[in-house]
Amino acid sequence: MSREYDVAVVGGGLLGSAIAWGLGRIGQRVCVLDEGDIAKRASRANFALVWVQSKGLGMPAYTRWTVHGARSWPRLAAELQEQTGLDVCLQQNGGFHITLSDQELEGRAEIFRKLRAQPGGVDYKIEILDHAQMKQMLPHIGPEVTGASFCPLDGHVNSLRTFRALHTGLARFGVEYRPEHAVSNIVYENGAFRLTTAQGDIAAGKIVLAAGNANQVLAPMVGLEAPMGPTRGQVIVTERTQPFLPHPVSTIRQTDEGTVMIGDSKEDLLDDTVTNKGITSVMADRAERMFPLLGRLNVVRSWSGIRVMPKDGFPIYEQSETCPGAFVACCHSGVTLAANHAYEIAPMIAAGALDETRLGAFTVKRFEKSEAKSSGYY
Amino acid sequence: MTPARDEYDVAVIGAGPAGLAAAALTAKAGLSTLLLDENQGPGGQVWRAITTTPVQDKTLLGKDYWAGKELVEDLRKSGAEILQGATVWSLDRNLEIGISVGGGACLIKAKRVIIATGALERPFPIPGWTLPGVMTAGAAQTVLKSSGLLPEGRTVIAGQGPLLWLLSAQILRMGGKIDLVLDTTDKRNYRRALPHAAAFITSPYFLKGLAMMREVRRKTRVVSGVTSLVASGEGHVESLSFEAKGKKTTVPVDVLLLHQGVVPNVNLAMSAGVKHHWDDIQLCWAPELDGKAETSVPGVHIAGDGAGIGGALAAVARGRVVARAAIDALKPDAGASLPSAADLKTAVAKAEKGRLFLDLLFRPTKQFRIPSDDTIVCRCEEVTAQDIRDSVAVGATGPNQLKAYRRAGMGPCQGRLCGLTVTELMAEARSKTPEEIGYYRLRAPVKPIMLSELARLPKTDEATKAVVR
Amino acid sequence: MFKRIEEDRRKPVEITVEGQRVTAREGDTVAAALLASGLDVRRRTAVSGAPRLPYCMMGVCFDCLVTIDGVGNRQGCLVPVREGMKIEIQKGRREIGR
Repeated sequence: MSREYDVAVVGGGLLGSAIAWGLGRIGQRVCVLDEGDIAKRASRANFALVWVQSKGLGMPAYTRWTVHGARSWPRLAAELQEQTGLDVCLQQNGGFHITLSDQELEGRAEIFRKLRAQPGGVDYKIEILDHAQMKQMLPHIGPEVTGASFCPLDGHVNSLRTFRALHTGLARFGVEYRPEHAVSNIVYENGAFRLTTAQGDIAAGKIVLAAGNANQVLAPMVGLEAPMGPTRGQVIVTERTQPFLPHPVSTIRQTDEGTVMIGDSKEDLLDDTVTNKGITSVMADRAERMFPLLGRLNVVRSWSGIRVMPKDGFPIYEQSETCPGAFVACCHSGVTLAANHAYEIAPMIAAGALDETRLGAFTVKRFEKSEAKSSGYY
Repeated sequence: MTPARDEYDVAVIGAGPAGLAAAALTAKAGLSTLLLDENQGPGGQVWRAITTTPVQDKTLLGKDYWAGKELVEDLRKSGAEILQGATVWSLDRNLEIGISVGGGACLIKAKRVIIATGALERPFPIPGWTLPGVMTAGAAQTVLKSSGLLPEGRTVIAGQGPLLWLLSAQILRMGGKIDLVLDTTDKRNYRRALPHAAAFITSPYFLKGLAMMREVRRKTRVVSGVTSLVASGEGHVESLSFEAKGKKTTVPVDVLLLHQGVVPNVNLAMSAGVKHHWDDIQLCWAPELDGKAETSVPGVHIAGDGAGIGGALAAVARGRVVARAAIDALKPDAGASLPSAADLKTAVAKAEKGRLFLDLLFRPTKQFRIPSDDTIVCRCEEVTAQDIRDSVAVGATGPNQLKAYRRAGMGPCQGRLCGLTVTELMAEARSKTPEEIGYYRLRAPVKPIMLSELARLPKTDEATKAVVR
Repeated sequence: MFKRIEEDRRKPVEITVEGQRVTAREGDTVAAALLASGLDVRRRTAVSGAPRLPYCMMGVCFDCLVTIDGVGNRQGCLVPVREGMKIEIQKGRREIGR
């Protein structure tokens, strides 16, 4: 079976879906090729923060890109609601990173000193708050909390509903979502692409590789590269409780449904079918010290997920020189950057060129020069 | 009460027929044995409250119930450590078991793990099944055995399977009232089951079953060939409508008891990574087991109904086979004084005789497994059949993707009351087999435990470094 | 919804349900005691607020969730009654710290 598309997006997670939605929105004929029910799905395992603070150390362009993404989110949320009737529950009233020792708090302050000292970044408000200042905003914090960094741009969203809204929107735009179409090979010939899947070949004028860590394997097929350094993270989720946490915290958030998510561990192991109970325990212990009342809540689930993580922690957006029309997009923060992917990246792909002035820093060529220092996330 | 040690030769999870039999045997053979059970007393569901039931007249609950007493006594003499009120919330490939007891969690290890978590009642998603006043027949039997409770008000029992008749007989014997028994067994099932009737007729279940059905029919009204069950009411079930012989009837009801057989309780085994396959006759997931009932996870065995529905007698026999396997692996010398593995297997075959007939006869029809329209499928997250079909239409391929679209299976019951329905419904919507559709990926904790319990578990420096940065 | 058989000789256990005294029996689970109490013990779900009563009585359905001695979302069908136990019917999501 062979069909003609303007663009074939490889990967149906948040990144691929946002780009495909953006392409569908401007009238492109698009298909999204995705895996089946069991796959390494970073964008279903994610923590759903729309997060700015501390991002971009080592790459000021990433700070700018992130701030822009956070500021564009209300537009995406509104447009998705209008199109699909689904409220993705975007909340951007500022987020905390809580510390449990003076050393941790000093570490936060140091990050922001360095960020401010970087030329070319964006100056946005960050406050270092002590326990008493915090208590006014988060009344349930425990006595061991030494302070926090607070950024008014930070927020969170219901990422599962975002995912559903994007997929519902894709269908409305006539974008064909094709699950169980894992791509095993890509051939570039006569200025177009042929993608091999178990369900037959797909032909498209352009392709976007948005397959997360699998981009490592796919990119070389079209003369691109995607150096990745995935890590494993664990998440704990509690039962629903009445609202008690008015702001998201980098490691704890209460969803609009009422469940509390606790997250943010980082390991090099890449088996997402198991969780490490020692790590679960450290996460639970820290969460309880931050908010002692959490201790009584029942945990209904925990899981581990594999982060999509470019080797240096920063996004990669690149068009192939040898196979023009082939684009690669990789980033850790598929939630935070979703609006950028829909409103910025998608039109550039439709036009056939990535904007050098805005996206030049995210070229994969940076890996040739030096191993850029990771600061990546949070 | 916490486990006396950190490590055991054998940990048995579940103190129903299989667990009782298995733990007694391994303990008698001199293996350190820990029997973990969530209830307050041993017996599982079949022999629920066997040591405490207020229903002391032995004729009321029947001989098969009281048979459990001997196994409990046997176990108590065996030297096995018994921990009641203990919830197993985790089991992993390293045979480490997470236990929550009395509000505290701990981890123990075992050289062999015997999962004997038995069965649960198959989801029966008819319109109105979430209304107060609607519960499972098993639930009514549980309160009958453990607290001597009888349904009050206009009571209807609907569905199919041996338990339906047993419960009806027990309630009626105890002076309870049942207004109506609605038998949903598909008439065509008789034809399918008939070729296997010979084995059933010579099984111990045949005469007992026949006598019980006669007893119930003598005392109350039974309608057969029932379809299209719909429960309705405002805030409580008020009426039940159904069809039989082409005629639609609506009856007032205060208590509606539903039952369409039992299915393996797979959550713990699946979370440990045990491979399961779809059993197309029993219409459920069953673990892949070798001749010693060992699973795809080395050292983890499954006995009893969790290995595929076989009933209480088969569970006892299977429990002993598994125990024997554990003894042979850990302390081969002790096996000499025990019944031979071959004899134990013969006992299993004998106990399983006639099962296929029952499976085919009581195989629930599609309309009671795959609901339509706005019937709730996921009781916890209140997701309807239509919601699931809509999700398939925008790209959900299986239960795990469905979570992303609708949160089905993400509530506290972790799919126990919706998983089979979701699999079959998605299979139908996508024209696939249940095997192709698959099941929820289950993770610890398989039963909710408090965050503070997790927070008190042992932590390594490495684990701390993975979180604190 | 349920009545007790007359031959029940177990020891009475006094509990309170929403402040009302209820006589349960030793060996009852909280959920069984509630079903036999004659009171309106319907909880409300955390999702839509729909009314529910216990469904499975064997620890798998979570429709018997109840506040016991100030702790919310406990499985009433797994917890045995104790003298003086205070039961509250749960209406929707549990409160934090309860």
